[in-house]
This record gives sequence, structure tokens and C-alpha cells, in this order.
Amino acid sequence: MEPTDSAPATSNITVRRGEPLVVVKDVNKNFGDLHVLKNINTVVTRGEVVVVIGPSGSGKSTLCRAINRLETIDSGSITIDGQALPAEGKALARLRADVGMVFQSFNLFAHKTVLDNVTLGPIKVRGLSRAAAEEKAMALLERVGVANQAHKMPAQLSGGQQQRVAIARALAMDPKVILLDEPTSALDPEMINEVLEVMIQLANDGMTMIVVTHEMGFARKAANRVIFMADGEIIEETTPEHFFTDPQTDRAKDFLSKLITH
Amino acid sequence: METLFNNLDLFALGFQNTLLLFAVSAVFALGIGIVVGAMRVSPVPVMRAFGTLYVNLVRNTPLTLLMFFFAFGYPKLHLLKLPYTTLAIIALSIYTATYVAEVLRSGFNTVPTGQAEAARAIGLPFVQTMTLVIMPQAFRAVIPPMMSVFIALLKNTTVAAGFSVAEAGAIRANLSERGEPAILVLLWVALFFVILVGVLSVLQRYLERRWRVLR
Repeated sequence: MEPTDSAPATSNITVRRGEPLVVVKDVNKNFGDLHVLKNINTVVTRGEVVVVIGPSGSGKSTLCRAINRLETIDSGSITIDGQALPAEGKALARLRADVGMVFQSFNLFAHKTVLDNVTLGPIKVRGLSRAAAEEKAMALLERVGVANQAHKMPAQLSGGQQQRVAIARALAMDPKVILLDEPTSALDPEMINEVLEVMIQLANDGMTMIVVTHEMGFARKAANRVIFMADGEIIEETTPEHFFTDPQTDRAKDFLSKLITH
Repeated sequence: METLFNNLDLFALGFQNTLLLFAVSAVFALGIGIVVGAMRVSPVPVMRAFGTLYVNLVRNTPLTLLMFFFAFGYPKLHLLKLPYTTLAIIALSIYTATYVAEVLRSGFNTVPTGQAEAARAIGLPFVQTMTLVIMPQAFRAVIPPMMSVFIALLKNTTVAAGFSVAEAGAIRANLSERGEPAILVLLWVALFFVILVGVLSVLQRYLERRWRVLR
């Protein structure tokens, strides 16, 4: 096994830090009568780590999933690296390849080994040879600390290990931005930290990240910005320090007070 | 026993044709069924509509009527001339494909939606999402009902007897002409079918064991 170099998947990103990468403009979405996203506007720049928090049902997961069009939107626009999200088909698939996604329930391919989970995208979408894809996958698995599990099936791994494999799978595509939708919510407490450590390391490497999470520790340590959502709206958008010490709205104060009491 | 051994030629020919009809139709039904089943869960509305129309139209038509169409209607169209065996295979294939498609669709539904979402999230287009991620997991869940579809196909081949294809179902009519007792012949034919279906059941058990879902 080759040692992993400093930041193989993200090294090209830091160069252009600061340019707008994900632009969400006037986005609205309804689930029937429920208005889940109300006029959402936000810009995520290259290299930025944005944490989206808020009570359940606030639309934060929907927003996260809309960014790679796992959820459609009713109006408004979302662009990634200057490209509007295509409606369907090959163009959308190509764009999704550039947007990494990590799910709450891991969603590793149940019929494939850990290694095959990570190499599938690079081989089938990026056209890498199997050998090249496996070498890259092993480096990534090493980086997230599960290289010794490479030939096991996902079901044989703990939740924390599975989620780290899922992160490696997303990184294997060399994404421009990585979306994490409550990545630690389905994990036992002792497994949360191992995943958070990988996420913090990723943030430090300069990866652009949009993270839906309730982990305040991660937000304080790694985030550049916190977006607080409630009832489908962005209520506050500020630095983590400012948000946690001096929330401006009652809604945010109320939410934070409930978190702290636990 | 004499009924069997005196007419071994007819029995052999009959079952040979049955197996031919079955094997070729099974392959085509599986192929068409996979495509139609995938169409029914496609993100493209036109594809979904076509899949639904095909399944509802063909599945709601009795097999005998389908056979009638191909045996008597098709030649009237003055297209490419095809032997009755080929026409029977076409009828059996497109008929059985509707059942294959529906069994597969129920199989797709057993695969958690997160699997498809994860596949799409790494940039796999629809066809690869289906063939690389969904179908391999769906196949395991549908082995028992799928095998029932193929057993039905094996027995449905006898319908072709009514349309001049000398398969196992036609053995009785031919042997009656040779003066053999019909009931005995039928018992022999039935016994052979039981054996053939038995082979399929063994295959089913083998596949189930081999593709056991690891969760």
C-alpha cells in the first residue's frame, strides 16, 4: 500500500478558493400543500464549509438533496460551478458525478464489497482502469481508516465504518463539492466521533462541504458559516461563533436552548 | 410401459419441441421482461407509459388468443413468412415477458430507494443504476416468483399444440390415431412434465442458495 499524499482528492480545489461554487437562487418547493422550501437564496464558495442546522421538518435535508437534484424544485435555480442543474438524463448524471453525497443511512451498495463500492463510480463513470481505480480506492480507504475492511461486505461493518466508506466512495469521484445529509444521525454515540474526525480532516484539506447536522462541535471546529433553517426558510446565516454565542432570532435562541439542555 | 416404449419416437420429438419452445421463449421473455420492467420504473414518462400499455395489453389477452393471432392473423399480413414454431415462440415470449416484467418490478421495490439514490449520486445514468445496482439485488428477491413464471411458461408451451407445433401437448392426439389408450398417454405426458418442473425447482433452490441476500 502506498502512503496517502496530503490531499489527493481535493488538492486542485484550494487554488481557486473563494469563487462561488454552488448558487441557490429563489428556490421554492412544495410537497402537496406543505411549502418546504421558501425562497431560499445562498451562495457557497469554493473551499467553504457550510453547516445547515435547524429543527426536523425545516427543509434542510430537502435543500441538501435538491443541490444534486435527488429532489426536484418547483421554481428558482441552482447552479454548480456556473452550470444550471439539468432536468434529467446524461447531463444530470455527469453533473452529479461532480457532487459527492453522503447519506444518513450510508446507502452502501449491499451486494458489493467495500472496495467495489468505492471503485464503481471511478470505473463506470470516470472510465478509470480497474487497477487505477483500486489503487485510488485503497488510498482513500486508508485515509478514512478502513483499508483493512476493503474486501468485506458492507453489512459486516459497523455503522461508523460504513459511513467512512461512504465518504471514501464520494471522494473517489473527485467531487467539486460534497453534500453530507445528517451523516452521523444514524450512528451510536461512540461511532459519531470517528466519522466527525474524517469530516474535520476533509474540511481542513479544503474540500467544499455542505453539511446538514446537529453536531455543534463539528460546526464550531470546522464550519465557516452556519445556516439556520426553520419552516422552510433561512432564518439566520452567520459564522458559527456568532450563531452559537449570539443568535439574533427567537427561533434560533429557542432551538439552541433545547440543544444545550441535553 | 408399452405405450411409452412403442412410441418413443413421438414422445422424444414432442418433448424435444417442448424444451425448444421453453428454452428459447424463456430467454426472450427474460430479455424483453427486463427491458419492459425497467421501462416501468424509468424517469421518462413516455417509457413508463409504453411499459404500462404493453403489460396491460398483452397480459390481459388470453394466451390462446395471442397464439391465434400469430398462427392465423400474422400470415394474413403477408410479412416475412415464419414457421409455426417461430410464431409460437414469439407469442410465448411476449406473453411471458409481461409476467417477468411485473415480477421484476416487485423485486425493484424490495431494494431500498437509498440504493438508487446512492447510484445516481455518483453519476450513474438510469440504465447503469438499474443494471449495476438495482437488478443484481432485485434478482435475489424474485427467484421464487420468477421460477413460477417459468414453470407456467413450460406448461403454456402445450397451447402451441393447438397450432400445429408438434410438442408434448400434441402427443396424445397423435397417439390416439395410432390406437393407444388416451388416458395412459396423458399420464405419461403428465409424468414427464412433473419431472421437468422438478428440474426447475432444483434450479430455483440452487439459485436461492447461491444468491442469498447478505444484510
